Amino acid sequence: MRKADTVCAIILLIGAAVVAGEGLRLGIGWSTDGPQSGFLVFYLGLALGLASAVVLGQAILLTDAPLYRKPFVGAGQLTPVVKVAVPAAAMVLLTYFVGLYVAGALYLGVYMRWIGRHSWALTVLLAVAIPTVTFLIFEVWFLVSMPKGPLEAYLGY
Amino acid sequence: MAGLENLFFGFQIAITPFNLLMAVIGIVLGTIIGVLPGLGGANGVAILLPLTFTMPPTSAIILLTCIYWGALFGGAITSVLFNIPGEPWSVATTLDGYPLAKQGRGGEALTAAFTSSFVGAAFAIVLVSFFAQPLAELALKFGPPEFFAIQLLTFSSFIGLGGGNPVKSFVSIVIGFVLAAVGLDTVTGKLRLTFGSIELMRGFSFIVAVIGLFGLGEIFLTVEEGLAFRGVTPRVRFREMLATWRELAGYWKTFLRSAMIGFWMGFKPGGATPASFMSYGFARRFSRHPEKFGTGVLEGVVAPETAAHAAGVAAMLPMITLGIPGSPTAAVMLGGLLIWGLQPGPMLFIEKPEFVWGLIASMYTGNVIGVVMVLAFVPAFAAILRIPFAILTPLIVFVCAIGAYAVSNSMLDVWYMLAFGVLGYVFKKLDYPLAPLVLALVLGDLAESALRQSLIMSQGSLLIFFQSPISAAITLAALVLFALPLIGPLLRRLRGTPASAFGSESR
Repeated sequence: MRKADTVCAIILLIGAAVVAGEGLRLGIGWSTDGPQSGFLVFYLGLALGLASAVVLGQAILLTDAPLYRKPFVGAGQLTPVVKVAVPAAAMVLLTYFVGLYVAGALYLGVYMRWIGRHSWALTVLLAVAIPTVTFLIFEVWFLVSMPKGPLEAYLGY
Repeated sequence: MAGLENLFFGFQIAITPFNLLMAVIGIVLGTIIGVLPGLGGANGVAILLPLTFTMPPTSAIILLTCIYWGALFGGAITSVLFNIPGEPWSVATTLDGYPLAKQGRGGEALTAAFTSSFVGAAFAIVLVSFFAQPLAELALKFGPPEFFAIQLLTFSSFIGLGGGNPVKSFVSIVIGFVLAAVGLDTVTGKLRLTFGSIELMRGFSFIVAVIGLFGLGEIFLTVEEGLAFRGVTPRVRFREMLATWRELAGYWKTFLRSAMIGFWMGFKPGGATPASFMSYGFARRFSRHPEKFGTGVLEGVVAPETAAHAAGVAAMLPMITLGIPGSPTAAVMLGGLLIWGLQPGPMLFIEKPEFVWGLIASMYTGNVIGVVMVLAFVPAFAAILRIPFAILTPLIVFVCAIGAYAVSNSMLDVWYMLAFGVLGYVFKKLDYPLAPLVLALVLGDLAESALRQSLIMSQGSLLIFFQSPISAAITLAALVLFALPLIGPLLRRLRGTPASAFGSESR
């Protein structure tokens, strides 16, 4: 956990430098209509930098803080997270081609079958039913439009 | 009394059949959201916000606030039956609630929890009904320096009272402000922090951030634990309920004390969690059997639940009177107000009295409907957690994606949501609190314009925040809270007790 905390603080420090730099570029002085637009940005960058430096210092000095007693991710903990995150990203990517409902159905189906090892019947039933109900709620009843693909076009939406 | 007249006017709006139906739907959805892992009040409201775009604003806010009440009730169900606090302020409820459930007294614990929630909420709603109008009238006299001072106080309370590592709370706040600054600067018309990218010009929607940080981030944390829910089968029998109520009547002092703690802590941001723990601590200190706390006593359920609900209601007070949300959920509702074309803040009381008083009256109806429904349908709500995890997880992710897209019909927002999900997961693990980040993202533009206007008024001198007595007092209070993490350990050292290192997050 200490390593992760250190890395995170360093990333935040770099981010702070970028933000402060952007503030300087925009100008932090006083113009005719009040503070220039970089004014707040610069001081935010400065504050973020100082605070991350303190976090970094804590991570280096306070070696036995309770937070650091457990690892950032335990053995075998990252796999289930990746198994949710990567298919989710794939679903978002697929949405560009087949629309959110079909992509969602595929995501539900794949996850239920692959991780949950549910029967094909249940998998197909839910993977079709859940997006269909969602479709009815959003598109038909509340008229909120989602990205749609060839299937919805075929059905006349 | 003018206050009562307004309230009656509000009731005429809140008890129309359509608005009552909205309240029932809100409570059901909210309770489900509160029971489901990975969904809480804030992101539940965020996901369902797009559904309200076409509704009249008053019905929409009634739906959303009832989702909030429902989520608070739902959190109690999982805490008592499954030892899973749905929200941080339910943690204290698990201390005695779960032991009770394991002893087969789950029905009593749930009755106590729901009743306490109701009492706490009712107490706070009465106070809100009477304080809202005077507070709004006072706020009408506020200028930019006062508003900025209040915002300063909002954020300082996260640092001074939030618990955890104050430096990390500060980092979260600043990141929220930086994200809020991305895009077009409306005063000078310049682009900030866009680095030449057209996509970044729009900036970041905090609703997307809420769905990602709280929704996806929470899901990642839950699957990591490889949770399989093993709960206690719930059943609330009518006779048991009556017996519990008779016993609860003896705890009226605990109710009153906890409700007051909850209200007092609650209208400051991030107050619900400390309020629940504080009230639990007080109940133990004043109890005749303090040693029994933690083994399953009803009083240990009553105290935190009463305080948490009183705080949850109190968080609505600054939102409707000052336009400053007291909790992430209130922040999302504030975003809703802006989308429906309402300007949050004291002017609402003059321009849209039907909205404000309809909302306040709906707090009464919503909580009455809520307590009746959860008492009647506990088994149904608890059954939700028996749905296999491999079905719940993709379902929640799918619903999050829909919610994120619907905010502004943009696929880019769905990607942002995924990114915020990862950020939320990492930050949660490293003990960076997420609530201040969201609040800073919501209030960023408002706070900045208040700061700028104040500085323009004073030609750049920061002393303007000390000129009017109101803003001077608030600014001073904010500075004290900012300094509290520095002063606190010093005071403790003077008294000879060791300062504890950083505890776990509370928000």
